[in-house]
Amino acid sequence: MAAAGARWNHVWIGTETGILKGVNLQRKQAANFTATGQPRREEAVSALCWGAGGETQILVGCADRTVRHFSIEEGRFQGQRHCPGGEGTFRGLAQVDGTLITCVDSGILRVWHDNDKEASSDPLLELRVGPGVCRMRQDPAHPHVVATGGKENALKVWDLQGSEEPVFRAKNVRNDWLDLRVPIWDQDIQFLPESQKLVTCTGYHQVRVYDPASPQRRPVLEATYGEYPLTAMTLTPGGNSVIVGNTHGQLAEIDLRQGRLLGCLKGLAGSVRGLQCHPSKPLLASCGLDRVLRVHRIRNPRGLEHKVYLKSQLNCLLLSGRDNWEDEPQEPQEPKKVPPEDTETDELWASLEAAAKRRLPDLEQTQGVLQTKRRKKKRPGSTSP
Amino acid sequence: MAKAGDKSGGSGKKALKRKAATEEPQEAAVAEDGATESGVQPPKAAAFPPGFSISEIKNKQRRHLMFTRWKQQQRKEKLAAKKKLKKEREALGDKAPPKPVPKTIDNQRVYDETIVDPNDEERTVRLCEQLSTVIPNSHVYYRRGLALKKIIPQCISRDFTDLIVINEDRKTPNGLILSHLPNGPTAHFKMSSVRLRKEIKRRGKDPTEHIPEIILNNFTTRLGHSIGRMFASLFPHNPQFIGRQVATFHNQRDYIFFRFHRYIFKSEKKVGIQELGPRFTLKLRSLQKGTFDSKYGEYEWVHKPREMDTSRRKFHL
Repeated sequence: MAAAGARWNHVWIGTETGILKGVNLQRKQAANFTATGQPRREEAVSALCWGAGGETQILVGCADRTVRHFSIEEGRFQGQRHCPGGEGTFRGLAQVDGTLITCVDSGILRVWHDNDKEASSDPLLELRVGPGVCRMRQDPAHPHVVATGGKENALKVWDLQGSEEPVFRAKNVRNDWLDLRVPIWDQDIQFLPESQKLVTCTGYHQVRVYDPASPQRRPVLEATYGEYPLTAMTLTPGGNSVIVGNTHGQLAEIDLRQGRLLGCLKGLAGSVRGLQCHPSKPLLASCGLDRVLRVHRIRNPRGLEHKVYLKSQLNCLLLSGRDNWEDEPQEPQEPKKVPPEDTETDELWASLEAAAKRRLPDLEQTQGVLQTKRRKKKRPGSTSP
Repeated sequence: MAKAGDKSGGSGKKALKRKAATEEPQEAAVAEDGATESGVQPPKAAAFPPGFSISEIKNKQRRHLMFTRWKQQQRKEKLAAKKKLKKEREALGDKAPPKPVPKTIDNQRVYDETIVDPNDEERTVRLCEQLSTVIPNSHVYYRRGLALKKIIPQCISRDFTDLIVINEDRKTPNGLILSHLPNGPTAHFKMSSVRLRKEIKRRGKDPTEHIPEIILNNFTTRLGHSIGRMFASLFPHNPQFIGRQVATFHNQRDYIFFRFHRYIFKSEKKVGIQELGPRFTLKLRSLQKGTFDSKYGEYEWVHKPREMDTSRRKFHL
């Protein structure tokens, strides 16, 4: 039952104690999944990303430099892989074409074979990105392109299939009005869809848009929000605005066309650690150090939809991007039960009199309807045969 | 001079008589002069008609004369009075009333309500000293305006476990920052209602060196538990209680009350307590994840008055 329940979780959250939590918002339930029995602080989850093949696998990057595979279908951890090299915890995790891309705090970016059987400790590719990396993000449109940025580490865009030099290296803004150098601290990066632009949010409460296609290496747009470091950022459906969160728990939506504040979301009391918007619905999931997962509705009307208290400090989250959020708990059991009943009832009815035979067409019709329903339900987002 | 005075007095009298027709006050002066001539007693203010003063005599010389004479008489009176007092004093000996304090401008200062009571000064310092007697193995240091971020690495290198900073506003303490040192959480409180040891009524003697017990009341939520553990970590854990002192942190409606008592069991069920030590009230403003870093630190919990205090029945600790 836990396995069946794991499929229908809407949000997956990694915590500071190493537990992966799956939350079903429809049923307001949270389930814990651990690789080992005891939760430990050394296994704190620092990065989460979807595995290969749609949304059936999750790759969990822990603080002890291991990447574990979690299968949603089976609801348990399947294997793990140790990724040594460099110092610090994972700042970015991505997968492409059966390979795993990891980036650690000290700036070592490595591409590994994602094959458990090989278990070779040699990476396919290694890049030195620069120390103090805070985030590595993969371009969803071009999976071989990644961007990295961090504290005193300017934004760089790398093409893993190309050369060892970055494709785009951002330049720092001009000196401020006191002629002092403006410090750099890129905390989160996002790729804007349908263009080559990137958005970053910094620890000095700035939101910047870069355009590698333009000859200008400096940011094209800069906006500021609040007085505290911005820790997480996500794009809204529509692509015109971003939502940022800071260490005080303030969430704000900032328009990227004009660089102005559209509105704020209330509720969080602690530092925001993870933010993700649904790709089509106006829903935003946020998690932070105050140990609560909140799902807000971003527009009409703006407000809190769900709030779930999870007992540990939450580090990162993954929001399921599928369209249907309603639960269908009966679905996996139906295909098994109905076929045997079909043949039995047929024989039963065939042996009875004409009065009973009148019911036959009705039963067949309902069965036919059920089958078409099943087919309809299976199409969107399902990968099981 | 006396002769001259008399003569002038006489001539003055004559002069006055000549001018009697013109000015009335001088007539009155004449009358008074007459009285002066006749009587042995010095003229008193009551003898003059009301409203008369020497300054109203228009003749300068005459006026000067009258003034000097009046002055001499005043001096004589004063001397006589002093002699009399001295005699009385010697007569009474020890029982004499105390010498009156001469009036000076400083003495006569108008009461100014903003005058600081000298006993009130350095309340924060007193509070720090008293707190250090409550918390065992603690030391008091003056901050002298040093940046906290620089103090903290020094504390860690000297193996301190916690750092408490008391913030003051115009000599009264109003804030407390408690930082658990090896990169532990930092809590920032607002402090109110501080009573120092001497302000507590019916208190016992000063606390001894024994380690106090700790009572943490009503810390229910996860946040409350964290704060409770932070307070408990200030004191060493020792299940064998020596000394009968107890420090209580009681949480009610998000306010934490600190009290320090000494108890004695009078019988199996009856306990007597004496309050010693300072008492104050704390309210949590924020809890930071690392050590104190107000600009770039990550907050686990921040008190947001407009968002969190909307319901009268919702408490966070």
